[in-house]
Amino acid sequence: MTSSFKREIFFNLAYLIITFLASFIIIFLALGIFLVLFKEAYPAIKTFGFLGFLLSTEWDPVKEVFGAAPSLIGTLITSLLALTIAVPTALGIAIFINEVAPSFLKDFISTGIELLAAIPSIIYGMWGLFTLAPLMAKYIEPFLQETIGKLPLIGKLFEGTPLGIDLLTASVILSIMIIPFTASVARDSLALTPPVLKESAYAIGATKWEVIKDVMLPYSKLGIIGGIGLSLGRALGETMAVAFVLGNVNKIPTSLLEASTTVTVKLANEFTEADKDIHLASLFYLALLLFIMSFFILALAKLLFLKIERR
Amino acid sequence: MTIEIEVKNLNFYYTGNILVLKNINIPIYKNKITALIGPSGCGKTTLLRCFNRMHDLYPGNRYEGEILFQGKNILSKTVDLIELRAKIGMVFQKPTPFPMSIFDNIAYGLRLRNIKNKKELKERVEKALIEAALWDEVKDKLYSSAMGLSGGQQQRLCIARAIAVEPEVLLFDEPTSALDPISTGKIEDLIVQLKNKITIVIVTHNMQQAARISDYTAFMYLGELIEFGPTEKIFTNPDYKLTEDYITGRFG
Repeated sequence: MTSSFKREIFFNLAYLIITFLASFIIIFLALGIFLVLFKEAYPAIKTFGFLGFLLSTEWDPVKEVFGAAPSLIGTLITSLLALTIAVPTALGIAIFINEVAPSFLKDFISTGIELLAAIPSIIYGMWGLFTLAPLMAKYIEPFLQETIGKLPLIGKLFEGTPLGIDLLTASVILSIMIIPFTASVARDSLALTPPVLKESAYAIGATKWEVIKDVMLPYSKLGIIGGIGLSLGRALGETMAVAFVLGNVNKIPTSLLEASTTVTVKLANEFTEADKDIHLASLFYLALLLFIMSFFILALAKLLFLKIERR
Repeated sequence: MTIEIEVKNLNFYYTGNILVLKNINIPIYKNKITALIGPSGCGKTTLLRCFNRMHDLYPGNRYEGEILFQGKNILSKTVDLIELRAKIGMVFQKPTPFPMSIFDNIAYGLRLRNIKNKKELKERVEKALIEAALWDEVKDKLYSSAMGLSGGQQQRLCIARAIAVEPEVLLFDEPTSALDPISTGKIEDLIVQLKNKITIVIVTHNMQQAARISDYTAFMYLGELIEFGPTEKIFTNPDYKLTEDYITGRFG
């Protein structure tokens, strides 16, 4: 056996070990974070139980009673409302870029979207507080109250004084933040439609819109849904932008024009003030719930991506 | 013998003014099968895709000259492409079933023509599948996904989809190049039967296929039409040496 051969074996082995360790750091980290959250949350889990914590609306550091319902509901409402605004817009952008826009506009808009995605979230928060919230309070929310607010049932969602610091503004900010991501995933998914499939639809006399609706969208459905899942994951975890425009009111909201709170906003606001152990443990418990929720949504989205890649 | 399509002095340029078809003149006879043969890159597929203006999907492509379809120039700016493509259908090299059920794949083109009546849709889907010799194989699973069919079945489904809308001309772009010999045989039989109703233009790399099924053959080389005539003559007694060399496999 020559020495160069030995050296080769040594380098191969070292290479294997280094790359193996590097990639397993990720798994260890995720697992470690989960364990720490669980350990820190354990006193609260013991005291309040699972459903007891999940369903309780109380959050009283003085009486030391804590419940997750208002912040979880706030998180879900802002995220889902953000998605309802963002998804149609993002789809529109993606379709325009892929099928309608002339090539110079294509690059222009694509770059714009990437720039939008690069803005730090705290800047969205500041912009939301100083620009969007007053606009919402002065024009958009009164307008909504005058129109949709007059309808039965749905109207209830727009009751209250339009202050601009509320669920609706927070959802709009969130939606602006996730549009770039959703749009670029939708754009890439649509672009995966094989040209020959589009051509065959054109070849039997379909119009451009029919090709988009009947061939491209069904073909890229899974990818787009996966992208929506990833966006939902981002919306659930977003903190700074929401913290600026949502207030921190621990109450189950009855209207979209009410200040509320989300899991992340609560965590950001209260960690520094939590001086009692059970308060801190409850905050960790909230974090654990968010972690689990995000994990499952992301896992589901990834699963969908895998499914289209196999096709 | 009626001429269904007549190509007159056709030049075609891809984006960037790249000339790929040079002064093509060729008649396509009604209810006959015309084969376009020639080595890769000779422009046969490009010519085929002129007949249904497929090139228009990509900006920058340009035609010069005329293609007369039933006496009307289909290269004119005022032609309704949707209507044109309903009359001149196309089947592609690879099977391209839409991501929907077998039934919907065929009903799709019909629905685009505003045939909404359930009974009529069913009848026409069945008729198309029978004509495409696929009915017996799929009649029990009409509503399952077309993606589950074999390659040969998918290609016959695409033919059924194309004939369901009752086109007058059908363009085939190497329809069997991705298929096994048995599926190929079935599709060749099918094409020969279709010519009673439909005028057929087929691009093929397979010389035996051209000889077996076509009535007329056009040999193209480097963007030019070298020779056109009855298949028998082209294959047995071509006028040009180039044609003979290609057919006897001396290059290609």
